[in-house]
Amino acid sequence: MSATTGGYYFAPPSKWPVVGSTALFFVMTGLALWMNEIQPWGYTSLAVGFAILLYMLVGWFGIVIHESESGLYNEQMDTSYRWSMSWFIFSEVMFFSAFFGALFYARVFSVPWLGDFDNALIWQGYEAKWPTMGPYLDPNPAFQFSPMSAWGLPAINTALLLSSGVTVTWAHHALIANKRHQLILGLFLTILLGAVFLGVQGYEYYHAYSDLNLKLSSGVFGSTFFMLTGFHGFHVTLGVIMLTVILGRCIKGHFKPEHHFGFEAVAWYWHFVDVVWLGLFVVVYWLV
Amino acid sequence: MQKMTNFFRRSGLFGANVGKIVILCLISCPVLAAYDVNIPAPASPIAEQIYNLHMYILWVCATIFVVVFGFMFYSFFKFRRSKGAKPDVNFHESTLIEIIWTIIPFIILIAMAVPATKTVLDMKDTSAPDMTIKVTGFQWGWRYDYSAENFGFYSNLSTPWSQVGQPGSGPSEKQGSDYLLEVDNPLVVPIGKRVRLLITSNDVIHGWYVPQLGINQYGIPGFIKDVWFKADKVGTFKGQCSQICGKLHGYMPITVIVKSEAEYADWVEKSKAKWSTKASAETPVAAAPAEEDNKTFTMAEAKDKGEKIYSANCVACHQPTGKGMPPAFPALAGSKVVLGTSEQQIGLLLNGKPGTAMQSFARLSNSEIAAVITYTKNSFGNSVGKVTQPADIKAARK
Amino acid sequence: MSTTTAHDHAHDHSHDHAPGGLMRYFTTTNHKDIGTMYLWFAFTMFFIGGAMALGIRAELFQPGLQYLQPEFFNSLTTVHALVMIFGAVMPAFVGFANWLIPMQIGAADMAFPRMNNWSFWIMIPAAILLMATFFVPGGAAASGWTLYPPLVMQGGMGVDMSILALHLLGASSIMGSINIITTLLNLRAPGMTLMKMPLFCWTWLITAYLLIATMPVLAGAITMILTDRHFGTSFFNAAGGGDPTMFMHIFWFFGHPEVYILILPAFGIVSSIIPAFARKPLFGYASMVYATGSIAILSFIVWGHHMFTVGMPAAGQLFFMYATMLIAVPTGVKIFNWIATMWRGSLTFETPMLFCIGFLCMFTLGGFSGLVLSIVAVDITLHNTYYVVAHFHYVLFPGAIWGLTAAVYFYLPKFTGKMYSETLGKWHFWVSAIAFNVTFFPQHFLGLAGMPRRIPDYALQYAEWNAISTIGAFALGFSQLIFLYNVVTTIRSGEKAKDKQWEGADSLEWTHLPSPAPYHTFETPPVLK
Ligand code: HEA
Ligand code: HEA
Ligand code: HEC
Ligand code: CUA
Ligand SMILES: [Cu+2]
Repeated sequence: MSATTGGYYFAPPSKWPVVGSTALFFVMTGLALWMNEIQPWGYTSLAVGFAILLYMLVGWFGIVIHESESGLYNEQMDTSYRWSMSWFIFSEVMFFSAFFGALFYARVFSVPWLGDFDNALIWQGYEAKWPTMGPYLDPNPAFQFSPMSAWGLPAINTALLLSSGVTVTWAHHALIANKRHQLILGLFLTILLGAVFLGVQGYEYYHAYSDLNLKLSSGVFGSTFFMLTGFHGFHVTLGVIMLTVILGRCIKGHFKPEHHFGFEAVAWYWHFVDVVWLGLFVVVYWLV
Repeated sequence: MQKMTNFFRRSGLFGANVGKIVILCLISCPVLAAYDVNIPAPASPIAEQIYNLHMYILWVCATIFVVVFGFMFYSFFKFRRSKGAKPDVNFHESTLIEIIWTIIPFIILIAMAVPATKTVLDMKDTSAPDMTIKVTGFQWGWRYDYSAENFGFYSNLSTPWSQVGQPGSGPSEKQGSDYLLEVDNPLVVPIGKRVRLLITSNDVIHGWYVPQLGINQYGIPGFIKDVWFKADKVGTFKGQCSQICGKLHGYMPITVIVKSEAEYADWVEKSKAKWSTKASAETPVAAAPAEEDNKTFTMAEAKDKGEKIYSANCVACHQPTGKGMPPAFPALAGSKVVLGTSEQQIGLLLNGKPGTAMQSFARLSNSEIAAVITYTKNSFGNSVGKVTQPADIKAARK
Repeated sequence: MSTTTAHDHAHDHSHDHAPGGLMRYFTTTNHKDIGTMYLWFAFTMFFIGGAMALGIRAELFQPGLQYLQPEFFNSLTTVHALVMIFGAVMPAFVGFANWLIPMQIGAADMAFPRMNNWSFWIMIPAAILLMATFFVPGGAAASGWTLYPPLVMQGGMGVDMSILALHLLGASSIMGSINIITTLLNLRAPGMTLMKMPLFCWTWLITAYLLIATMPVLAGAITMILTDRHFGTSFFNAAGGGDPTMFMHIFWFFGHPEVYILILPAFGIVSSIIPAFARKPLFGYASMVYATGSIAILSFIVWGHHMFTVGMPAAGQLFFMYATMLIAVPTGVKIFNWIATMWRGSLTFETPMLFCIGFLCMFTLGGFSGLVLSIVAVDITLHNTYYVVAHFHYVLFPGAIWGLTAAVYFYLPKFTGKMYSETLGKWHFWVSAIAFNVTFFPQHFLGLAGMPRRIPDYALQYAEWNAISTIGAFALGFSQLIFLYNVVTTIRSGEKAKDKQWEGADSLEWTHLPSPAPYHTFETPPVLK
């Protein structure tokens, strides 16, 4: 099996794509059933789907890591990975912009409109302000909430994420300088900071629900707040998992000072998550 | 053109008969005159502007089309290989030509944009209205509120369902000339007045669309959007809901009658008596003769009346069988609410269930609501037995 | 000249031990296999979507309800559009991208062959979910393909399934686009500069960019629908401070670039075919590239033209009107360049060329009706009428579908090594050209006269045109059967095609490769002058 011909690596046939699609079929069917409360089929299908998905991820990344470590990837492949990761992150940016856009629209357009003169015909007495739960819920004392203050937990979280950005960069420099101990330490700290971030966010949600009465269903404020921070948190979780895999690989001695795109890709991703958080911190928490 | 049309009329080719249409289609596509091919005659200044704007742009585009494709067809004949044309392979670049054909369309576009802008500004200027009417779309009809005069009414399709028919069997009655465009209570406005409409909706988005008045505006639930028109012709103008709003989207027409001022004043007086909303603006009680409210239904009477109300108001969602269309529209057969207390069901009908398609039916009269409740409680296999009386409804309205 | 290079590829490398039979397709990492799967998938979906369209047209044959419940009619309309757009046109373009891009830029395969296969296979669960919606309680989504809330809130489980299917299709598109963009940017043979790429590559480069930028936005919008439906959020609910109009903004921010996604690759195809039959290089190559780029950029700022009737402020309407009108300029440049390519050429009219000419005339007509719609005031009378339906079928059917059809005829010899029947091809063209116009031209009149779209039943004054349109639609369906027959018989028993079937074609797949193109091509990059 001559792996490279003329510089291009021909990937051998692989079952993983079809396995992955099967997984997605069960996951999506499961989601549909779950949302419509058709149980136990929903949970079952989800469980099957995620199990297959896990199997696929392990298997597929296994091959890629193996190929990479066997030196099958040349420089062209490396550049391909760089391009693709950049475009992938761009697509993630666009995904978040949909939700940032929703927040912007609610604050700048829909809420002020709801409070304007014409709409007083429908919503007497509604005063446009932010935060708001909208004209129907606002007057109802049972729904009153207080927004999350920016300078408590969120500020701590900002500090956590920013320092994790530093530690991952430190680890990267260590990798380039071939200082493996610093590399592992740096990565470990990054993961730790990420995990603490998630813990704090979990606590923040708990606090929101139990003390502030701020819920996903708290009108458009709750919707945008939880969807933005929630999707961000989900991305942090993915980032932490990916960093953990990279840490494992580093401990096993993978990556070379001049050839480590796997590491860099995850570092890019981590920085992306970081930047999104800064955006969130400003528009979701600070500018309330 | 007129002659040709008459010829075709006389020759009977235009009958709605299928076979004839096939023939027609094969031989006579060019004959358009018998068919509507353009925007209907405008009846307001804005509609007039729209009409002219459309004709203008149409002709500009048609001209460009002819010129551009003139070149193409010319080259088909001039430069075809079968005529021995040799390719001029060096003719593939010319900055000058590129610039020219970038600039000319740009100029044409400016010539279109100028009048278009003017119309937009006129259209959006809703200031200084002579009168204001609130228009509310719901699944599937319209409500018009003349707030200043304190009356308002519902406007529903009045074409009988037998003309629409059932899938499988088709219509069982011949369709009238106003098929699907007729309503029970049209909107009435005076001629020559600036009428401002405040358009909204109760449930999903609807579109209040009357082309001859130059209006097409979504009614968006929870928001009020305003438009205006000034009718400059007396007459009846038709339109339809323009935004998909569910099952009966095709069955919520709009009729606007423009009257002279005197006739309009007359109509307002009558309407005030009929549809007054003075009592309570929110839940207008349909004006039913008082004695009906005091009536005591027997089961048979109630079911009889109730069935009519049901098929006019409820079948669309809950179906003639009462089985509904779960999960969107629940079955009434075996429903907990229907089998439960009448209070519960009265409350539901009077208030609707916010956020769902189950709107308030407070517009029905007390006896109508009583009858329909009795009907649902004792049909589709339900047999509660109790007869709900108009007085119960009256009490609940308080 | 082309055959001399053939021996390079005659020996098939044994490096992938490809399993035989069906397993070959399940596990393949070969761009041509994957392209083939995409194309057959798209063809199947096209017929399914077309069958739904025939259901719609059958009900609209006469006033009154004859065959379909109104709710089911709405479902057909909705799923027809979703199937055609996401199941037929987009995958078909990706199929051609898979086949052609590596060959046209002298690459051995796509940048990420395994992911390539995954992008295809993700569409299968999506298609299953989408079609299954017809069989769940509550039926398929019936809100129109635009899925506007609050109507979409009233749907049943079918809505959730459609949304999840769209998520999958979106993921597939994003992966496919990343793959294509990376291939184009990074795998070009030495000497193949960007400005030497065939236009099909350029248009796909830009399309892929549009896809990556907009599919995630769609994903966001429909996720908000899901949470509004099931988890108590109020994005699109005024009572909670949200706004249904917000969905429209987000949707059309995706939706308008999406319609260019449906046409740009067809522009690329036409740009390769016309020069081949004019025997003359494409006129104004550079300006074609810039025009495509301008269309893409402008496409992000015109979405409001779908929303002129929501009651946006005059300034918004004017902005969107001007921006929309501007798109006519670069599009016009393209049309003019194509015609100039024919000018002083040596024209012949084989089937692919016929479809391209049809494309030019009919797409321009559709573009003009688009321009009419972009005029705010005129759109007021035409919005959501059959005029819009006519507009977009003119740009989509002769635009996207004929572009694809032309490509099928043009490339069948290269893909299969067999030549299709020119006679049947011409029949296919003429029947569908006539039938298409009989179907959709009258819809302009219906729209002008005020017939709303998405209705199963209509007033009597619309009866004649509707009947004609329905007859046209069935003839159009018939013409597609000719197409199917022609393709199948070509594959099974076509005559042998030449390596360079079209003498005027000049991109690498014609000049450097035999017909059919071998399983692996350009394992060593070609040498370009
Ligand atoms: C392939 C898909 C495609 C393409 C290419 C286009 C192209 C265009 N579209 Fe279309 N459009 C759709 C698909 C597409 N559209 C769809 C699917 C919908 C409906 C969605 C829904 O509601 O379901 C829609 C709806 C739609 C609307 C909304 C209508 C409404 O709902 O009320 C509008 C309004 O502005 C519009 C405008 C345009 C314009 C101006 C172009 C321009 O790009 C056209 C430019 C081309 C030309 C103008 C012709 C060539 C130019 C010349 C020869 C140069 C000289 C010309 C001049 C100077 C005039 N389109
Ligand atoms: C690429 C996109 C695409 C394509 C190719 C088509 C193709 C066709 N469309 Fe489509 N259509 C849309 C995209 C497309 N459409 C969109 C986006 C909408 C808007 C939806 C909405 O409002 O939400 C729409 C809506 C739409 C409507 C309006 C429905 C309504 O408002 O309620 C109509 C009505 O005539 C229609 C008709 C057709 C027809 C007759 C074809 C034909 O061209 C189809 C031809 C193909 C075939 C017929 C299949 C081939 C043959 C067979 C299946 C074998 C059997 C054949 C015979 C027995 C003859 N379409
Ligand atoms: C536009 C559609 C529509 C129409 C018309 C309609 N309903 Fe309903 N109805 C609904 C929906 C949707 C619900 C479910 C509300 C919910 O989510 O609980 C409902 C619920 C009900 C229920 C409660 C059923 C249960 O088990 O929860 C009753 C009773 C009812 N409707 C009676 C009527 C009557 C009587 C009429 C006619 C006067 C009518 N409806 C007209 C849509 C409609
Ligand atoms: Cu109301 Cu459509
Ligand atoms: Cu658009």
